[in-house]
Amino acid sequence: MLNPPERNDDANLPTAARDDGTGAEVPLSVYDLTVAYHRKPVIWDVGFDLPAGQLIGIVGPNGAGKSTLLKAVMDLIPRASGRVRVFGDTYRENRHRVGYVPQRESVDWQFPVSALDVVAMGLYDQIGWCRPVRKKHREQARDALGRVGIGDLADRQISQLSGGQQQRTFLARALVQDADLYLMDEPFAAVDAATERAIVEILRDLKERGKTAAVIHHDLQTVPEYFDHVVLLNMRVVAQGPVSQTFTQDNLQKTYGGRLTLLDEVTEAMRRRESSL
Amino acid sequence: MWHAKTSRRNALAGIASCDRGVQLSRGLWLLALLTVSATVCHARGRPSPEASSQSAAFQWTDSQWGRVLLMKDYNTRIVIFGVAVLGGASGLVGSFTLLRKRALMGDALSHASLPGIAIAFIAANWFGGDEKSLPWLLVGATASGLLGVAVILVIRNQTRLKEDAALGIVLSVFFGAGVALLGVIQQMDTGHAAGLEGFIYGKTASMRAADARLIAITSLIVIAGCLFLFKELKLLCFDEGFAGAQGFPVIALDAGLMTMVVLVTIVGLQAVGLVLMIALLVIPAAAARFWTETMWRMMLWAAVLGTGGSIVGGLVSALFPGLPSGAMIVLVCSVFFFVSMMLGTRRGVIIRLIRRMRLNRRIDRQHLLRAMYEQLEKSSGGPDHPGLAERTNRRISVSLDKLLSMRSWSRRRLSRAIERAVEDELLRIQDGACKLTQAGFTEAARLTRQHRLWEMYLIAYADVATANVDRDADKIEHVLAPEVIDQLEDLLDEQGMTIPVPQSPHGPLGTGETLGTGETLDGQGVDADGYAGSERQRDASGGPQ
Repeated sequence: MLNPPERNDDANLPTAARDDGTGAEVPLSVYDLTVAYHRKPVIWDVGFDLPAGQLIGIVGPNGAGKSTLLKAVMDLIPRASGRVRVFGDTYRENRHRVGYVPQRESVDWQFPVSALDVVAMGLYDQIGWCRPVRKKHREQARDALGRVGIGDLADRQISQLSGGQQQRTFLARALVQDADLYLMDEPFAAVDAATERAIVEILRDLKERGKTAAVIHHDLQTVPEYFDHVVLLNMRVVAQGPVSQTFTQDNLQKTYGGRLTLLDEVTEAMRRRESSL
Repeated sequence: MWHAKTSRRNALAGIASCDRGVQLSRGLWLLALLTVSATVCHARGRPSPEASSQSAAFQWTDSQWGRVLLMKDYNTRIVIFGVAVLGGASGLVGSFTLLRKRALMGDALSHASLPGIAIAFIAANWFGGDEKSLPWLLVGATASGLLGVAVILVIRNQTRLKEDAALGIVLSVFFGAGVALLGVIQQMDTGHAAGLEGFIYGKTASMRAADARLIAITSLIVIAGCLFLFKELKLLCFDEGFAGAQGFPVIALDAGLMTMVVLVTIVGLQAVGLVLMIALLVIPAAAARFWTETMWRMMLWAAVLGTGGSIVGGLVSALFPGLPSGAMIVLVCSVFFFVSMMLGTRRGVIIRLIRRMRLNRRIDRQHLLRAMYEQLEKSSGGPDHPGLAERTNRRISVSLDKLLSMRSWSRRRLSRAIERAVEDELLRIQDGACKLTQAGFTEAARLTRQHRLWEMYLIAYADVATANVDRDADKIEHVLAPEVIDQLEDLLDEQGMTIPVPQSPHGPLGTGETLGTGETLDGQGVDADGYAGSERQRDASGGPQ
């Protein structure tokens, strides 16, 4: 396993990791997290606390380390330094409370499984080693597919699903876990308009039920509409906080730096969008 | 042979009827294959002319043949059993490695085992042990095979070389070293190195019952491992990131899979030979993929094909000590593969061609009927004209040239489409011109209506359309079915359009210009009928093919 030994020094955690004053647990607290590939840091001293029960957008340019951040949180890649607390404990301890939606491109969709099989994978941890997937698990998976609106496609081989349907399948796989914190890696990437709306619906539904979702997002225009809280990332955390205060042109400029030559265009697009609403 | 022919006919019929009888045709195909294989073996087993002139040799060959095939000999029986179990295990493990995209690891592993075998042989000779003791040789093979894999990982991780380069280097260097060591052994006084060649090309004839038992037991362990860890390995192969996030130890699972590959490869060396061991790991799994979209079925088929190939190959090699079993197994497996590639009911070449052809025919028919309908509209003075009905239809026939000018289709293609429509009694030909039959008129009206509803839909809800269009072309009817059509009918009603067949949204019909602009609109993605639309959908989304 890639788990680095967990140092037990809670004293160094930000106070919020234990209690944010409102009594609710902090779903995800990252402190001083650094990850390096071949000695070159990808994310550097990243730290933030996610507020419970909100929808959080993780925004930043390509190569800013957004996916790396999520993977490091889940111990999928080794961390050079830093601590991660999920609901106040290690990821390993609370992983059953976390649902993960990887990037759609990360798997081979020609794989000989049906949509239902993929969703059932979300239950493998609960089912346990060497035990078969039973009927009740398949029913759960079918329900989850129904929740994302493709219940009738359960038995399709996954290559016969459209991109949006594949993304919904991945989402259903996370939903079936009934987690409290969802980590989603670009669920909106290259999906059709209807799927985008469906995902937004699901996110809002999750929020209503008190769940937290941290979503890597690329489309700056929709950030204020979809999310309550935003983490602007470019190797370091440039800014974080409620969207209304944090998602400013100034901060975006800092996040995207010289790379955001399109900034004016985006602003223009946002203005146009607002006027059209 | 009669049996094989019948099965083939049945199998083809099964494929033609697509989903019906798929199971049956699969079973029959396997039967047919085994029959053909057996016939081939029989032909090969027949004595050559020289042999038949010497009756003693003939009898010897004949009795040997019967003895082997009927497995009267205990040794043969157990050897074939061992090889069969090995084939099944290879099919299972091979399916996982194929899906994990690590198929070639097995090849590197088996090639890298040769120097280990040679060194174990030399060492045993040196210390005066039994240099042909199989377990001892296999220990050497395992050690050097694993060393080879380790070197691959080191090269991959420590240099900028990619895995394929590392595989190539290790595979050739280790194999070369092994061949050199075999040369050294030939020079040694003992001169008993002949048996070692069996490890390179495989030789079931030289196997003993104890060896076969070792193979069978190891293979059964591997089969059990594959079955118990099916769920976990499936997840690993499909989505290792998610497996890790779920808390499954990805590295340990990979190591477990690799261990099973090692076990199968090492015990398979004697039966199949290290050069061709990869065939037994890859070919059955790859062949099985053509028949199914379900993982457990794929594995079942891989196991069956692996077992079949091993039995036939092993039998032939047991019969003729001169024929390496590895080569025979590969040949039999490649027949399986070729047949699967062509006739596979899910991904086979022929079924794909048939699907494509059917789709094209359906599209042609739709275009033809719609073209006819549009001509009727034109002749009756536009869609709003009350005269457009069966009565008008009776009077009007459309010439081939007219139809030809409406679309960019070749005369031959159009005539074929017309021929097929006539066969299905949708069209009649009178004096070289086409006329819709009653059924044809109904169908044409339905298609035109559907087509225009679809156009309305695209125009009114372009962004929704991209989502709701199913990629599967056959399902287009479902897309336009109940709710959407209701919605669209409401939409059309608001605009005061005639519901039976609404006017084309891209300009007035019944004028010469419309026919001319039809193609342009096609190109713009507005004038899409269901099939073309969903094809475009597929392209636009850039999804997997």
